[in-house]
Amino acid sequence: MIPGSFDYHRPSSIGDAIGLMSSLGDDAMIVAGGHSLIPMMKLRMALPEHLVDLQDVQSLKSISIENSQITLGAMVTQAELITSEELHEICPLLREAALQIADPQVRYVGTIGGNVANGDPANDMPAIMQTLNASFTLVGPNGERSVAARDFYQGAYYTTREDGEILSSIHLDAPTSGHGSAYEKQKRKIGDYATAAAAVVLTLSGGTCATASIGLTNLSETPLWAEEAASILVGSSLDRETIKAAAAAAKAITNPAEDGRGPIEFRKHVAGIMVERAIAKAHSRAR
Amino acid sequence: MNVQSPPSREERIKKLQGLGSSRKRVEDARFTQGTGNYVDDIKLPGMLFGDFVRSPYGHARIKSIDKEAALAVPGVIAVLTAEDLKPLNLHYMPTLAGDVQAVLADEKVLFQNQEVAFVVAQDRYAAADAVELVEVDYEELPVINDAFKALDDDAPLLREDIKDKMEGAHGPRKHHNHIFLWEEGDKEGTEQALNNAEVMVEEKITYQRVHPCPLETCGCVASMDKINGKLTLWGTFQAPHAVRTVASLITNIPEHNIRVVSPDIGGGFGNKVGVYPGYICSVVASIVTGKPVKWVEDRIENLTSTAFARDYHMTGKIAATADGKITGLWTHVLADHGAFDACADPTKFPAGFFHIVTGSYDIPIAYVGVDGVYTNKAPGGVAYRCSFRVTEAAYLIERMIDVLARKLDMDPVELRIKNFIKKEQFPYQSALGWEYDSGDYHTAMDQATKAVDYPALRAEQAENRVAFDRGETRNLMGIGVAFFTEIVGAGPVKNCDILGLGMFDSCEIRIHPTGSAIARLGTISQGQGHATTFAQIVASEIGIPAEDITLEEGDTDTAPYGLGTYGSRSTPVAGAATAMAGRKIRAKAQMIAAYLLEVHEGDLEWDVDRFQIKGNPEAHKTMKEIAFASYNQAIPGLEPGLEAVSYYDPPNMTYPFGAYFCVVDVDVDTGVTDIRKFYALDDCGTRINPMIIEGQVHGGLTEAVAIAMGQEISYDEIGNVKGASLMDFYLPTAVETPTYETDFTVTPSPHHPIGAKGVGESPNVGGVPALSNAVNDAFAHKGLVHTQMPHDHWRVWQTAQRLGLTG
Amino acid sequence: MSDIDVKMTINGQEIEAKADPRTLLIHFLREDQNLTGAHIGCDTSHCGACTVDIDGKSVKSCTVFVGQANGSDITTIEGIAHPDGTLHAIQEAFRQNHGLQCGFCTPGMITRAYRLLQENPTPTETEIRYGISGNLCRCTGYQNIVKSIMAASRELSLKEAAE
Repeated sequence: MIPGSFDYHRPSSIGDAIGLMSSLGDDAMIVAGGHSLIPMMKLRMALPEHLVDLQDVQSLKSISIENSQITLGAMVTQAELITSEELHEICPLLREAALQIADPQVRYVGTIGGNVANGDPANDMPAIMQTLNASFTLVGPNGERSVAARDFYQGAYYTTREDGEILSSIHLDAPTSGHGSAYEKQKRKIGDYATAAAAVVLTLSGGTCATASIGLTNLSETPLWAEEAASILVGSSLDRETIKAAAAAAKAITNPAEDGRGPIEFRKHVAGIMVERAIAKAHSRAR
Repeated sequence: MNVQSPPSREERIKKLQGLGSSRKRVEDARFTQGTGNYVDDIKLPGMLFGDFVRSPYGHARIKSIDKEAALAVPGVIAVLTAEDLKPLNLHYMPTLAGDVQAVLADEKVLFQNQEVAFVVAQDRYAAADAVELVEVDYEELPVINDAFKALDDDAPLLREDIKDKMEGAHGPRKHHNHIFLWEEGDKEGTEQALNNAEVMVEEKITYQRVHPCPLETCGCVASMDKINGKLTLWGTFQAPHAVRTVASLITNIPEHNIRVVSPDIGGGFGNKVGVYPGYICSVVASIVTGKPVKWVEDRIENLTSTAFARDYHMTGKIAATADGKITGLWTHVLADHGAFDACADPTKFPAGFFHIVTGSYDIPIAYVGVDGVYTNKAPGGVAYRCSFRVTEAAYLIERMIDVLARKLDMDPVELRIKNFIKKEQFPYQSALGWEYDSGDYHTAMDQATKAVDYPALRAEQAENRVAFDRGETRNLMGIGVAFFTEIVGAGPVKNCDILGLGMFDSCEIRIHPTGSAIARLGTISQGQGHATTFAQIVASEIGIPAEDITLEEGDTDTAPYGLGTYGSRSTPVAGAATAMAGRKIRAKAQMIAAYLLEVHEGDLEWDVDRFQIKGNPEAHKTMKEIAFASYNQAIPGLEPGLEAVSYYDPPNMTYPFGAYFCVVDVDVDTGVTDIRKFYALDDCGTRINPMIIEGQVHGGLTEAVAIAMGQEISYDEIGNVKGASLMDFYLPTAVETPTYETDFTVTPSPHHPIGAKGVGESPNVGGVPALSNAVNDAFAHKGLVHTQMPHDHWRVWQTAQRLGLTG
Repeated sequence: MSDIDVKMTINGQEIEAKADPRTLLIHFLREDQNLTGAHIGCDTSHCGACTVDIDGKSVKSCTVFVGQANGSDITTIEGIAHPDGTLHAIQEAFRQNHGLQCGFCTPGMITRAYRLLQENPTPTETEIRYGISGNLCRCTGYQNIVKSIMAASRELSLKEAAE
C-alpha cells in the first residue's frame, strides 16, 4: 500500500501554517499525528498534493490549566493527555477515554486535535468533548473563532471547519469538583473503534443527580450529545428505572450503520447498555 | 596435578542436549537482533518490483485492458496481462487439487481482487502508481457467494473455461458449478443404523471461511540468469522442492536449472503451501526483463487472494443407544472452494483427511459425503494449521458429541468416555478406513478432568445458573470440553502424493573430521525451530552435541528432496528420516570403532556418544574419535568419510490426541465473552523439546481463540470481501488472549523411529471445538443446541436474545 | 513533486539523505538504510511489526512519512544490543523464555518492550499485556513474550540495583 505523491511542508508557526493552507488551496491537507490520514493516503482514498505538518508549531503543544479552565493545544498527543497528572486530577474522563483509543504506539503520535478535527464519527474524543461542553478554536486567514464541540460536527468527515482553517486548541471547564464521570466503550479488541461507547459526567446534590451530560461515540454520522437522556437523570436518585429511561432516550437518537461489529439493532442495543453502565460508574465515582 | 575425572554418563547425556531437552533456540540470536533474512529483505542489483491490478468485482467480463497510461509512468518497465501469458501457455496454472487457476484473469474475473494485470517497475512506488492507471473495462455478471445456491438450476455459470469438462479430477461433475462428490464409508449401512437408532441427533454446523494470516505475507524474488540459463526463486514457500518441480513442469525450464530457496519465513500456517499467480508472474517478468523481480503482497491482498481455509457447511447425524453408545455417524459437507479448486490436499483426497471425523470414538459404521462447489470467492482451501480438513472434522464430531449429550441429558465428558476407543483396541481400524497407531484416551481424560477439577467446575456452573435466574448476575458460565484425535504426518507414498510426488521426506547428515556435523532436510521451518529440534534428534542418535550440528533447510540445490512443512508432517516424516539417517551413520561408525578397537562389531555396544566393548566400558571410541578416523585412516572394506541420507516413507500416519477444557463467561447483555480458563493436555508421543512444544501449543490455541471467537472472511451479496484488513479480521492482541495451562501424557507412536507424533496443529484442531462447546454450553440449560461460529459479540448476543435472556 | 533533504540520527549514527516525501519511514529504513529488522506486517498500523523508537516514543514506521521523522533520533532493533555486541537484557530474555517463534514480529515487539520498560521498569503482567497491545504475534500466543518481558524487567532492576 503506497500513497500518491505530494509535497511536504513543515511550518514553524501557526501563521505560516495558515498562510500555506491559503496559498496551497484545496489540495493541501494538515497532518498532525497522521494515523488517520496516512492509512487513507496509503489506500489512495486521500490524495493530497501538499501535506502541511504541524509538528514544529510549538504553540500547539501545551496543556494549560488555570482556575479549572483547561486549554489543550491541538498537537497534544493522547500519550501526553494520559500522563498529565494535573489534568487527571481535575478531569479524569480525558485519561479514561484516551486510554481506550487505539494502542500505545498510536497514542504516542495521535493528537487530540487530529482526533476531534477530522470528523471521523468513530473517533472517541469528539463525544467526550461534547459531553464536557468543550469549544474549539479555529484559526484561519480571517482570524480566530470559537465553535462549541456540540455545534462542530455536521456529518461523517464533515465539520464546520472551513478549508484553510486550523483547529488550534480546545477549551473546557473542568467539571465541578466531586463530579463522577465514566467512558464505557465496547470494542472487538484493542485497537478497534467502538461498537458503541458512552461518556457520562454527572454531579450529585444530596442523594439526587444535580447535573448530567451524556455523549455517544460511533453511533451516527457524528458524535451525539444525548441532551434528553441527560435531562431524565437530573433530579432523580439515579435509580434503576431512571437509568433505563435515560438509556432508552439515548438509544433513540442513535443511528449506527451495520458493519463488522454487528447489525444496527445490536449496535443500538449496546449503546443503551454502555449508557447504563457509564451512568452507574459515574454515579459510583461522584461524591 | 589436578586430575579431572571423566564426565559421568549423565553429564555426557546432558551435554548432547538431545531428545527431551528444553534446549534454547539457535535461531533466536539473529531474530532478536533484526538480522533474520525474510524474502522482503532480499535486495539484488537491478531488482524490479511487481504489483497487481486486481478486480474490483466478484464476477465480471473483461471487455478491454488499456495499459498505455500505466506504461507512461516513469520507471515502469512492463504491464503483463493474460494475453501476454497465453503464447507461453502460462495464463493458467495447475492447482494442487487437479484444477487449473488463472494466473492473470482470462476474459473474466471470478472473485474480487483476482489478479488481472502485473505491473513491473523499477521501484514499488512507481509500480503502485501504474497499477492505478491501468484501465480495465468490466461488464458485471451475477455473483454467487452462497454455496447453497451454487448448484441451483439457474445458477450462473462461473467456470467457462471448463464448462464442457464434466469429468473432473475426482470424478463426474453433476452441475456446471460442481467440482466433485467424494464419498467414504458405508452409506446404506449408516442410514440403516440411523433408522434403527434408539436416539438420533442431527445438526447443521458451519465452519466459516477464515485465513491463516501469518504476520509475513506471501512473496518471492525471481531471478533468471540468462547467461547460464538458471532460474533462482526465493520465496515464502512451505514446500520449496515441490515448488521447484511445479515451476519446471509449467515453465519447461529443466529442473536442474531451477534453484528454489525458502529464506526465513515469517509464519506459514498453511498460507504458504500453494503456488500463487505472483510467483508465476515474477518468474515470467524476470525471464522477459532479464532482471530480478520481487513481488510481495500487502495484507489486504493476502487476506483476499491467497489461501483461505475452511468454508465447510457440514451436516452431522449420530445414531446412539438410549444409554449413549454411538452406533453410527453420517456426515455430509458442502465445501465452498471459491473460484478455482486450489485446495492443498494429497491428490487422492479432495476433502483431505476429513474422514478422521469419527474422532476418538469407537463408532462401528460411518459415512462421509463431500460436494465441492465453485463460488465467486477467492480460491484456496488450505490446511490452516491443520492436516488437510482434520480441523473441520474434529470440529464437527466434537460439536456433535455435545449435541448428543444434550439430547441424552448426559454429561459430555461421561458421554465421551463411554465411547472412547479403548487402549487395548490399538492399532484401531476406524469405520472410515484409518488405522489409528496408538492412544490412551481414558488416561488422558482422567488426568485432565482431575487437573481442572471438572466436578467443581460443574458445581460452580450450577451455582452461576441459579444466581443468573435470581437476577444476581448477567454472566453465564460455559464449560467447554474437546477430546480430539488428529491424523498427521502425511504420508505413506502408497496413498499420499501431491501432484504425483510421494509424501516422503528426507534428511542427509554429514559428519566433519573434527566431529561436528551438518544435517539437511527436505522440510522448512516457519517458526517451529527446526534448526534447534532436528539437531536434538541427530544428537541423540549419533552422540554429537546438538550445538555442534548445523541444520539447513530450504535450498533445493543443497537439501535432499522433501515435500516440506505443513500438516504437522515435519516431525513424523522428516524427523523419522533424521533418526534413520543418524542410525545409518551409527552403523558405519560401529564398523569403524570395531576396527579401531580390534574387536568384532557384535562385541560393541552404543552408549550415549560412543561405542564401547561390552563388559569393558573403559575400552571405547567416541563418535568424535570415530569421525576423525573415518577421514584419516584407511579402513579395509570401508569408504572414507561419514555421511548418510535417508528418504523416509512413513508406514502409517501418526495420531496425536488431546483433552482440552476451557471456561468462558458470557455477558448476555453485550455478547462479550471472557475466556477465564484454558487447559490443554496434549499427547504427541515422544517429546523432543518440551519448551518448543509448549510454545507451539500456546500459539495454536491463540489461533483457535481467533477463529472461534471472531475470525471470518465474508462476502456481501455483490461479491465484495468484507473487512479484509487487520482492523476487522480478528487477530487477538495480548489483552484478549488468555493465559494457558499446558499438560501432557506420552503415548509414543509404535511405528515412528523415536515415537514422536507431531504437535503443531493439535491446539488449533482441539482448541476451536473446546471454545465453541463452551459458548454453546453457557446457554445449554436455556435450550441452546448449536450456534454458529464465530462467537463474536453480536452473534453471542443474538443467541442470548433468541433465548429470551436479554431483558 | 520535489525531493526533500532529511537528516536524522539512526542508532547513534547521523545520516543525511534525499528522499521523495511520500517515502514511508519503514521503506526508508529498510531499503535506503538497509535496516531490515523492522518489518511490514499489515500496512494499516495495526500489527506493530514496523515499530521503531523515535525520540523516546514507540512508533509504527509504516504510518510515518520520512519527512515527519526529519531531525529525529531513531532507534531500531539493530541498535538495541550493546555496542560491544552483547545482547540487551530484553533480547536475552526473549531467547531464554522462548519469547519468539518465526521472528517476524520480534524486532517490533522487542523495540516496544524496550520503551515500555524505560517508562515502567517494573510492570505487572496486565500492564505488559496492555503495553504490547499494539504488537500482534501469530505464533506465541503472547504467553512467553509476557514472561520474557517480566524476566527482562527483573534482570534490568537487579542490574540497576547493583550499579
